[in-house]
Amino acid sequence: MRETAHGAARLLVVDDNKVNRLLLTRSLELQGHSVASAENGRVALEMLRRESFDLVLLDMEMPEMDGFQVLGEMVNDLQLRELPVIVTSSLEGIESVVRCIELGAEDYLSKPVNPVLLKARIGASLEKKRLRDQQKEWMRRFATREVAQDLQQSGFSLGGKRVHGAVMFSDIRGFTALVETQPPEETIELLNTYYTLMFDAIGSHGGVVTLMAGDGLMAIFGAPLPLPDPCANAVRTALEMIETMDLFNLERVAANKPQIKIGVGIASGEMVAGYAGTNERATYTCIGDTVNLASRLEAHTKVAERTILIDGATRAALHERVTVELLGPVAIRGKAAPVEVFSVNLGQKV
Amino acid sequence: MTDEMTEPAIDLATFDELKETAGADFIMELVDTFLAEAPLMLDGLRSAFAARDADVFRRTAHSLKSNSNTFGAHALGAMARELELTGIAPVAEANGKPLESLAQEYARVAAALTDLRGA
Repeated sequence: MRETAHGAARLLVVDDNKVNRLLLTRSLELQGHSVASAENGRVALEMLRRESFDLVLLDMEMPEMDGFQVLGEMVNDLQLRELPVIVTSSLEGIESVVRCIELGAEDYLSKPVNPVLLKARIGASLEKKRLRDQQKEWMRRFATREVAQDLQQSGFSLGGKRVHGAVMFSDIRGFTALVETQPPEETIELLNTYYTLMFDAIGSHGGVVTLMAGDGLMAIFGAPLPLPDPCANAVRTALEMIETMDLFNLERVAANKPQIKIGVGIASGEMVAGYAGTNERATYTCIGDTVNLASRLEAHTKVAERTILIDGATRAALHERVTVELLGPVAIRGKAAPVEVFSVNLGQKV
Repeated sequence: MTDEMTEPAIDLATFDELKETAGADFIMELVDTFLAEAPLMLDGLRSAFAARDADVFRRTAHSLKSNSNTFGAHALGAMARELELTGIAPVAEANGKPLESLAQEYARVAAALTDLRGA
């Protein structure tokens, strides 16, 4: 919310009638808000799409594009659907009021607008918006943009669907030993920096972080939104993560601190993705053989003394686009037969 | 009609309340805006009636109703509301007479507002 002062907000007054527009603008300015105005629905939508507002006060009867049409457009616009709208009108008949509310208007004030009522309704609306914005911010911080969008679009429901994608696991080598040698504040700061760098690499290639545990993280490519080439995205991400860590380590060496090495495992195929948990607390996650394999491959990086390991399916999807070293059949816990494991050569562009 | 003529054009309690909430300076600007806009609305009603444009007629009557009530011009507001709700047909039946009455009532309102503006 772009608040100018405590409780003050940026409002848009939409009314074709000049007297109404002036009066409402004046009343709101006297309440300390910053106010812009539009003389019909079309102009209002243009302004809403161009500038940022906290609340709209909307008249219904207008030429060119009336308030009902504005509400209809706003509901179908992801950027505008949550912007609170208070209808200010002198519409005749309760069914018009009902229609406004059904179209998503938050409240209805009949004209001439009572200033005390106006102040109370605006205060309530802004408070609700503040809470919603805060919720969204939390969701953004703890989930990711894709998951948040998926939730906003399709709503929350437990249960999964089959998707095709790539799963990545990564963790910091020797992290436990590192934790013991440095003060806890430094560990948290290191983790924050590490996560920021890794999230950035993963997000910029269309991946979604679904799990963070200590120094380890899990990311999915291809869910909740499908990707045309999830394996390539995952391998590119891994290479970028290693490059980023190399740069980070230059700084650490300069500051006389031990280097941070990470290991990455990637597997691809079918998996079940969805929200798992209870209705009160759930996370977006992926389950299945592919996920287990990626986790085992990541663990195997220590044994194989390689940085990035991928499975045969990921290797096949990339063909000759990636240069690898075949590590031969490796016995993986949970797999009956040994599987082919490939190490991705570092420093290449995929 | 006689009732409307004896009733004051502007309800002072409403007007004073408006003046208090919006400020004395601002109320002048608001009155000036109304005195400039209202004749256009009356013209708009006449031409919408002549063109039998029900939509514009209703919307213009709605706008006039809304502004009249804002200033406490309740008689004018009630007449405009009647036009908004019943539309063009009764005006046509009465040979446009309701629009003339509306213009007369507006003249009374305009005179009262001009006085109040000066006060």
